Amino acid sequence: MVMAGLLAGCGSDSGSGGGGGGTLTAYVYGDDAVKIQEAAVKEFNKTSDVKVKLVPVPGTDYVNKLRSAMGSPSAPDIFYNWGGGSIKPYVDAEQVVDLTSTIKNDPTLKDGFLPSIVEAGSLDGKMYGVPMRGMQPVMLFYNKTLFAQNKLRPPRTWEDMQKAITVFKGKGITPFALGGSDKWPELMWMEYLLDRIGGPEVFRKIQGGDSSGWGDPAVLKSARTVKELVDGGAFGKNFNSVDYGNGGAPTLLNKGKAAMHLMGSWEYSTQLGKAPAFARKDLGWTAFPTVAGGVGDPADVVGNPTNYWSVNTRTKHKDAAIAFLKTMAAKSYSKALVDNGDIPTTSDAASTLDSSPNPQFAHDQYSMVQKAPSFTLSWDQALESQIATPLLTEISKLFAGKSTPEQFVAAMKAVK
Amino acid sequence: MSQLSPYTKVRGGRKAAVGNVGRPSVAWALPGIVFFALFAIVPLAIAVYLSFCHWDGLNSPTPVGTDNWTRLFKDPEFRQAAWLSLLLTTVSWAFQTPVALLLGVWAAGRQRSRTFLSAVFFIPLLLSTTAIAMLFHALLDPNFGVIKQIGPWFGIDPNIMGSSTGALLTVAFVGGWQFMPFHTLIYQGGARQIPEVLYQAAAIDGAGMLRQFFHITLPQLRNTITTSSVLMIVGSLTYFDTVLIMTKGGPGTDTTILPYLMYRTGFQTYDLGYAAAIATALVIVATGLSLILVRFSGFGSMRSTREGM
Repeated sequence: MVMAGLLAGCGSDSGSGGGGGGTLTAYVYGDDAVKIQEAAVKEFNKTSDVKVKLVPVPGTDYVNKLRSAMGSPSAPDIFYNWGGGSIKPYVDAEQVVDLTSTIKNDPTLKDGFLPSIVEAGSLDGKMYGVPMRGMQPVMLFYNKTLFAQNKLRPPRTWEDMQKAITVFKGKGITPFALGGSDKWPELMWMEYLLDRIGGPEVFRKIQGGDSSGWGDPAVLKSARTVKELVDGGAFGKNFNSVDYGNGGAPTLLNKGKAAMHLMGSWEYSTQLGKAPAFARKDLGWTAFPTVAGGVGDPADVVGNPTNYWSVNTRTKHKDAAIAFLKTMAAKSYSKALVDNGDIPTTSDAASTLDSSPNPQFAHDQYSMVQKAPSFTLSWDQALESQIATPLLTEISKLFAGKSTPEQFVAAMKAVK
Repeated sequence: MSQLSPYTKVRGGRKAAVGNVGRPSVAWALPGIVFFALFAIVPLAIAVYLSFCHWDGLNSPTPVGTDNWTRLFKDPEFRQAAWLSLLLTTVSWAFQTPVALLLGVWAAGRQRSRTFLSAVFFIPLLLSTTAIAMLFHALLDPNFGVIKQIGPWFGIDPNIMGSSTGALLTVAFVGGWQFMPFHTLIYQGGARQIPEVLYQAAAIDGAGMLRQFFHITLPQLRNTITTSSVLMIVGSLTYFDTVLIMTKGGPGTDTTILPYLMYRTGFQTYDLGYAAAIATALVIVATGLSLILVRFSGFGSMRSTREGM
């Protein structure tokens, strides 16, 4: 707090320099989609006195770089984030502008985005971010040819899934590709299992800071289900040394060595890049199946609702920053996202989806999210890093058979 | 023994000669001292200070006394990481030293092919650790790597990186592969310093290759072994990039060695105070080990191996 106060006194470095009205620095996750933000910035700067300067930070460094920048005098005025726990430390340090009243009083922002998306990014009922990229629900991808050859249908229930596991194992095909070496793909399994078994409220309690939520019977049951899947060979034998990052798991799917892959919607563009013919012809997608005895709604979704722009409290040009955020609701912006293969979270996005590289995939994804009663933010983004990091470690131990479901629960309850 | 007194005299004389030439002034060391202080001593002092604070990297560090240190001694994860670090260091040393020593002694010969081959040996050291880790990662991919094809010939399960022992041994092996050329070079240099006359005398006395190696080469390389071992041990203790790229500390936490635990605590959990305590502990252990090694090997007294002849 003290440091934040001192720094606020010094003002933001980035405010100086630039002509006329000054400059706003905006940090953004530096991947392919940056070109869309670049175009938006260019458009905005044409009419604004205060110019926005976009700083793309290469993906893997983004979180660390933002963290160190926010603790220094040269913090960005606007920054990209995942909402939830990813901004909690900054909120606690009073470094993020509360946009609740701004959003509620502004028709463009208020009605511009899907309500579940805006809500998913909020924290303790307050909104700190404006959606600015595509949605990334986690879906169950599958190899259509393998399913047709074995006369199976994409699993909707747990029985379907058990059957598919048995059939594929019998054929020497790994039922599910899993990049266990990266840990976060394993987390996706826990997220969906807990949602289907106990409903979204269980995790909401944990996200709210109540670590006793880990003691909910649904968490234990999810962990036990994971163990059953692992022991039953659902992920094959060597998933611990398979990566997502270097393409190990996606290649298993497109080479027909694995039948299914639980992954974020970006799996589609990953496959399109690695194996275009497979992505166009054989790649199918469906929702995560129901789990026997579970109380969760099978229409619920987990993943990354979207990314958000938040504003630093130390900025000298708050009004200009908010004016820039409003351009995220513009039709031209969501069109640019669609053309890039992303599904915007704006409420009128449905009408633009036909120009997507794969309209079918775009429409399915959009309606999946639009109809979802709940969209749970990926746990490692929803929780603060001091819980998220041990969580990933404990999940990895559970999958690797280094701890029991009971030990997993006990370890998570003890994390503070 | 009669040579002893003339020998000491010579030594005294040499010292006097050095004195006459005049030692370089301290000023020459100044840039070095300044940089060392700025980039080694000051950060170290800050790390030690931070180990007594709670710091999330955003707000100011708040002193918490010895909290981090009491936590450190009770933390099973730290204990496991320390044990894994020691294990990795021991395995790396035991694997690298004999090979580097033999290669170095062999490369100290004078045939033309050896010069060429020494240059070839040296190549791994020129590659970046990241590139090497990614290369081995690809080779050891259980589904698409070379290991999938050739592993079964040797009875090796392709899932090396997914098993606890396999992952740790892989990390040790990859590190060894990269740094062995460096140690080979040190041993080559050391072996070249051994006077030819010793071997000639031994040959006249009828000593064979093995006897020459164990009675001349090894004792003469004593200090080289110490130097190389200290570098190797400190290197293995601070081993990080390979783990980050190849295993990410897994499976589970089975390759979470101290530097990786420090990284995870500091830059993923943002518990920088505790990470500083881990770092400080690592510095203490590494310094302690080097001191012990130097003392017990007699390297500390800086007795030259050549003077023994």
